[in-house]
Amino acid sequence: MKRRSLFLNTTATMGFIFLYAPMIALVVYSFNKSKLVTVWGGWSLKWYGELFRNDQIIDAALLSFKIAFISASAAVVLGTMAGFVLSRFRRFRGKMLLAGWISAPLVMPEVITGLSLLLLFVAMEGAFGWPSGRGTSTIIIAHVTFCMAYVAVIVQSRLSQLDETLEEAAMDLGAKPSSLFFLVTLPLIMPAVISGWLLSFTMSLDDLVIASFVSGPGNSTLPMVIFSKVRLGVSPEVNALATLMIAVVAIGVTGAMYQMRRQAKLLEKQGG
Amino acid sequence: MTSTLTIEPQSEIVAAASVKTSKMPLWKQEGAEPFLRIENITKKFGEFTAVDNISLDIYKNELFCLLGGSGSGKSTLLRMLAGFESPTSGRIIIDGVDMAGIQPWKRPVNMMFQSYALFPHLSVEENVAFGLKREGLDRSEVKQRVAKMLDMVQLGHLGKRKPNQLSGGQRQRVALARSLVKRPKLLLLDEPLGALDKKLREETQFELINIQEELGVTFVVVTHDQEEAMTLASRIGVMNHGVIVQTAEPHDVYEYPNSRFVAEFIGSVNLFEGRVVEDLPDSVKIDSKDAGKILHVYHGISCAPNQKVHVALRPEKTHISKEKPEQQENCIKGVIEETAYMGSLSVYRVRLASGMEVRVTQPNTTRELGARLTWNDEVYLYWDIDSSVVLTS
Repeated sequence: MKRRSLFLNTTATMGFIFLYAPMIALVVYSFNKSKLVTVWGGWSLKWYGELFRNDQIIDAALLSFKIAFISASAAVVLGTMAGFVLSRFRRFRGKMLLAGWISAPLVMPEVITGLSLLLLFVAMEGAFGWPSGRGTSTIIIAHVTFCMAYVAVIVQSRLSQLDETLEEAAMDLGAKPSSLFFLVTLPLIMPAVISGWLLSFTMSLDDLVIASFVSGPGNSTLPMVIFSKVRLGVSPEVNALATLMIAVVAIGVTGAMYQMRRQAKLLEKQGG
Repeated sequence: MTSTLTIEPQSEIVAAASVKTSKMPLWKQEGAEPFLRIENITKKFGEFTAVDNISLDIYKNELFCLLGGSGSGKSTLLRMLAGFESPTSGRIIIDGVDMAGIQPWKRPVNMMFQSYALFPHLSVEENVAFGLKREGLDRSEVKQRVAKMLDMVQLGHLGKRKPNQLSGGQRQRVALARSLVKRPKLLLLDEPLGALDKKLREETQFELINIQEELGVTFVVVTHDQEEAMTLASRIGVMNHGVIVQTAEPHDVYEYPNSRFVAEFIGSVNLFEGRVVEDLPDSVKIDSKDAGKILHVYHGISCAPNQKVHVALRPEKTHISKEKPEQQENCIKGVIEETAYMGSLSVYRVRLASGMEVRVTQPNTTRELGARLTWNDEVYLYWDIDSSVVLTS
């Protein structure tokens, strides 16, 4: 027993080092005093100060947060609707196809998603003048597209675990299907919806490839700004920025996981 | 509990109560108007026929039990009454209104689900208030009725709790309160006591009967538990393969089953196969190879001579003894193969010369072990001529 737990501990440690060593290096170097990224010059918060004085970065960050917020919210609405349809309508023609389609963006290479969206936007502009040019709105549309797939999958899996007699009970007590959804179904899948929102928010914040395809001049999101800065040489400022992004994403993902666990508990209790 | 109850319409309740005591039950009265009429209902799922051309009348204030095994179609029938399934053919008429095309949320029917289906995100009070709020009643009336109903099921003090903070029995009472608070004309109960342990079941059974009598609501209960049906029901409908095999009062279902299926499904029974040899005015003589002799049954049945029939004999109506009894009729010899002591009674399995096994139960009237019968004892089994029943199907 003891030897096995030693083996397990070693494996786990190695695995986590492999995963997190690069990020730890990045976080540590963001507190580097030296201007040279590769040389350690002692602890300092200097580059965080520089970061907040850089208007370009602050603007990009605000834009990214705005896009992430709007796309996550829209994706949650559309994704919940799609997930609801997928789990509630038992048999309809094309259900398998719809189920396949909804999860396609999950496995599609981002380059292809980005390229196809770009082509669509250009074609639409040519055909009926909207969207005129590319910018914030096209990024939001693109992000909603791939985020809603995640939301749909999460919501669908939760709904399929939900006891359907709860909905029948509500109908039996006089709730019409429309009010039934808001009074019973939605509250019960709320944790899944929240976790879908948080995941969407993080993914939108992370996205570089798709945004690069569909954004226009003057609409650079934070990952785009970081990437262009890094191409000119790694600056300690970018390290500081990256550390902050890791923090935001970590909070988002932890929140999503917490919500999912809450959902699991809720379902457990309902069963018991 | 009774004294606090002032649920309307009160006059109706009083009337109902007096009907119960003074007159014979409605289903025995000629020309009585049924409250729920099921007419030739059939439900098919694809090729499978779940409910096969059932017709049934249920009267006001009845507590009707649909009893059957799993897959007998009893739950499907109940779900059609609630409106969750629509019949393939046939009509359901509740209180004179044809239910065809009426959605579940518009029916004067409430259901108590087997899983209780309490909303886990709402408190006990909110669960019970759910149905009243959908009616658009004003807040004070909702509050008042919820409080009254919770008091009736003795949960007034737990109104703020969530369902997962309640015990099984408490949840069951919340589910009952929730389905009764809307004052439905018809209450459907799907295995209402299924999830409770034995002691709680027994208490709750009587509580259900009390509530039903107080409110004068018509109950239709679905159950697979024959004991539950026997205790609760005013009448029982025994279902098998989508058909109601027998509809009768509990006593009649047990003592006068109309078929082998009913006899075997309700309680346990010994069946002797045989042929009619003599059809007397009020009794029949049946030659049974299983019994190894001619059995005499006091029962006026219409049957052809030489017809193949079964004689059904309940284990508890069979006497067992080592000494040869005085009676010659309906007496067979056998050897005890197995005994089981169950506390209040003992069960014996007796092997007859024909190879048939007969089950006999005897109350343990004394505490002494010595007098008790045991393995390999040669015994005589005997019973009165009116203890057994002849079954033609």
